[in-house]
Amino acid sequence: MFKRIAFAAGLFAAGVLPAQAATELTVYTALEVEQLKPYQQAFEKQNPDIRIKWVRDSTGIVTAKLLAEKDRPQADVVWGLAGSSLAVLKQQGMLEPYAPSSLDRIGAHYRDSANPPAWVGMDVWAASICFNTIEAEKQGLPKPTKWEDLADPIYRGKIVMPNPASSGTGYLDVSAWLQTFGEEGGWAYMDKLHQNIGQYTHSGSKPCKQAAAGEFPIGISFEYPAIQLKRKGAPLDIVLPKEGLGWEIEATALIKGSPHLDAAKKLADFSASREAMDLYKANFAVLAQPGIAERFQELPADYEQRLIKNDFDWASENRDRILAEWRKRYDGKSEAVSR
Amino acid sequence: MTIRATVRAADHKGRADLADRLFVNGGQWSMLILLVLAVMLPLLAMLWRGLVGDPAQGGGLAAATELFGSANFRWLLGNSVTSALCVALIVVPLAYGFAYALQRTCVPGKGMWRGISLLPLLAPSMLPGIALIYLFGNQGVLREWIPGNIYGFWGIVLGQAIYTFPHALMVLLSALALADARLFDAASSMGASPWRAFRSITWPGSRQGVFAAACLVFTLCITDFGVPVVVGGDYQTLALEAYKAVLGQQQFGRGALIGLFLLVPALLSFAVDLWLRRRQRDALSGRAQPYHATPQRGRDASFLLLVVTICAVLLGVFGMAVYSSLVKFWPYDLSLSLHNYAFSELPGGWLAYRNSLALACACALFGSVLIFTGSYLLEKTRQTPLTQVLRLLCFIPMAVPGLVLGLGYVFFFNLPANPLHGLYGSLTLLVICTVAHFLTTAQMTAAAALRQLDGEFEAAALSLKVPLLRHFLRVTLPICLPALLDIVRYLFVSAMTTVSAVIFLYSPDTVLASVAVLNMDDAGNVGGAAAMSTLILLTSAGVSLLLAGASRGLLRRSQAWRGAPAH
Repeated sequence: MFKRIAFAAGLFAAGVLPAQAATELTVYTALEVEQLKPYQQAFEKQNPDIRIKWVRDSTGIVTAKLLAEKDRPQADVVWGLAGSSLAVLKQQGMLEPYAPSSLDRIGAHYRDSANPPAWVGMDVWAASICFNTIEAEKQGLPKPTKWEDLADPIYRGKIVMPNPASSGTGYLDVSAWLQTFGEEGGWAYMDKLHQNIGQYTHSGSKPCKQAAAGEFPIGISFEYPAIQLKRKGAPLDIVLPKEGLGWEIEATALIKGSPHLDAAKKLADFSASREAMDLYKANFAVLAQPGIAERFQELPADYEQRLIKNDFDWASENRDRILAEWRKRYDGKSEAVSR
Repeated sequence: MTIRATVRAADHKGRADLADRLFVNGGQWSMLILLVLAVMLPLLAMLWRGLVGDPAQGGGLAAATELFGSANFRWLLGNSVTSALCVALIVVPLAYGFAYALQRTCVPGKGMWRGISLLPLLAPSMLPGIALIYLFGNQGVLREWIPGNIYGFWGIVLGQAIYTFPHALMVLLSALALADARLFDAASSMGASPWRAFRSITWPGSRQGVFAAACLVFTLCITDFGVPVVVGGDYQTLALEAYKAVLGQQQFGRGALIGLFLLVPALLSFAVDLWLRRRQRDALSGRAQPYHATPQRGRDASFLLLVVTICAVLLGVFGMAVYSSLVKFWPYDLSLSLHNYAFSELPGGWLAYRNSLALACACALFGSVLIFTGSYLLEKTRQTPLTQVLRLLCFIPMAVPGLVLGLGYVFFFNLPANPLHGLYGSLTLLVICTVAHFLTTAQMTAAAALRQLDGEFEAAALSLKVPLLRHFLRVTLPICLPALLDIVRYLFVSAMTTVSAVIFLYSPDTVLASVAVLNMDDAGNVGGAAAMSTLILLTSAGVSLLLAGASRGLLRRSQAWRGAPAH
């Protein structure tokens, strides 16, 4: 009996140990689910001794989770989180500064300014409006061209946008409006917009998916889901408002205190490399390494020039204050708009 | 010669005694340890976290007074109470009519109606919400039927009404199961109208059940977040706030405070229910004759109409969910395809479904054996203070909503100082939590089956010097097999569909199908959410049918004695 158990244990160990020899990296991310698989495959092909274990959620939730775990970090690397969130983590002293091997090719706006940088960018995502043409015609809604248009009462209950407390896309919208219209003008704009919102969603891509399905004709979202859905045949127009687009940088950072720092550095190297940029360019029109991105059919040629001048330091330093104010004004105080 | 034989017999008897004592005492003490670990300590951890916890995470007394005094909290509480009351007002009368039709009238096809009415138990609570979007959402097929849109108050009320209907129905079915035929005979011979007989016989006999059903529905609604998260729109509730505080903002203290608050209505209604039950215990005397309904065309036809209408609504809702999971691109391309079921395209792929199957099987297997053995040790042994404590502990999970239990587990098992910390995020902990969550109902089923067995069996075993454990395995277990299968089915289906407790406990490796439904809906992949819900529904239904078939076969083969003339 004993022998048999020992034999079984031996077999078990033989089966399990080689697999354990590979380093397992816990990677926190807010990337879209369908992007994870190709990124992971490419990295693991280059580094066969490292395995990625994803923990994915929306930007706000990943940020909150990282902050809550400050004393006992669970993540080794963050791959694909908003730059403004990473700046908050940097202020908390949670990031391990590191200069990846291809840092010199990364655009100056698209990385942390310190040397070595606390975080390094991957690509840029920017606000856009998903406009369902079929429903608009049915309901007699004009196509908006500017942010101001969305405050028009004819859109009452027709617009969905992400909740800035949980979604990075939601926060970039709010911080961009506050920067473009000024604090006072920005809140006044959101007060009017709030009257037209049918729903605040938890995820940044859901508004566009709901617009594509006609559930709500207008979704404030970002360009990636809009392009994907349009390619699948959704009756969408992608509207890039004239006042300028709020944007965020998706970036990579190492967590201080990770027991797998060497493997984590390899991931940071890969994330900033040319190979990774070639993967990112399938999904994004503006990349952290200039000169690689290709123009998207669905977007205008001057797309990059439409991005506003975004003050990330301001956006991350004031994040708590802005979100508290937003929650006070719009979250949980209002009756359901639909009623 | 004789002396040696006596010594050997005494020795044998001593060993049998020792084995019995080991089985009974060892079993009872291990039960105590398990129940304290799985029920008591998590609840205490939550109490501690909420009242003395870290203010940075929204806990502590100062945070408690601020939270409970805030306008936002009153608004959330008002929303929760209004919608839950509204659901109870809709569901309880309908379920009463339905139960009355099945127990007190001669409606044809009772088995089928009963089966259909239990459909909502087989899917997670998000499914009615998803179906409502496809039915009454802005692109719903029946869009014109309702003014405004479905997101908000009415979405929550309708979704939760469907979700809680079978729960209320089961309580009312048992409340209306027994009646004394002699009372009805007396009433009709005194010339009382059927309405009068209802008012003075049926209603007093069943109103405690009505109260219990209303409390159950109210508690289920106030602690459910599956429906509000899908169709709530901006109408927010307390349960949703607890869910957002913990998962969205990692405000554990705030979550604990709301959890504690949600415990209040559950405990209150539970206490009142117990008190009422004690008052009404002796309503049915030993000489009562079971009431059997006689056909009455007008009454039967109108109740048939009610039953058919409710079943049609349920079939419509669930049919819609299944249909929508098969549609290619709602609402612009209605051709059918299976692409919503291509879970392998998502990260984790089919992992969530496989995990749910593993969880459900483990809960059904270990849970049923553990609960049945535990009930045996409570019912068939000498009553001591220890058994009284164990009975009380077995009762607690019924009064604790899943959301609250799940939060308690987070606080208790995530303590760095806890030696069981390693379990956090594992499938083992999910199994423990799920079994603890559904313990009371399963234990009551086992106890009811065991109480039907005469204590003489144990006396006979004792006089034949058969060890109690062998008697339990060879006699009690086979006799009670149908009840055991019932428990297996209940635990399996509950584990497949539960979200409220496990949502706080899963890790990337142990994500569950019901959690995947929630996450897919969150990301806007409503088709995928409908597909995964449908898969859960089909699995639960398939396993239920299989077990029902097995139970029927067993009854015919090994339980023939039940039909034999007694006495």
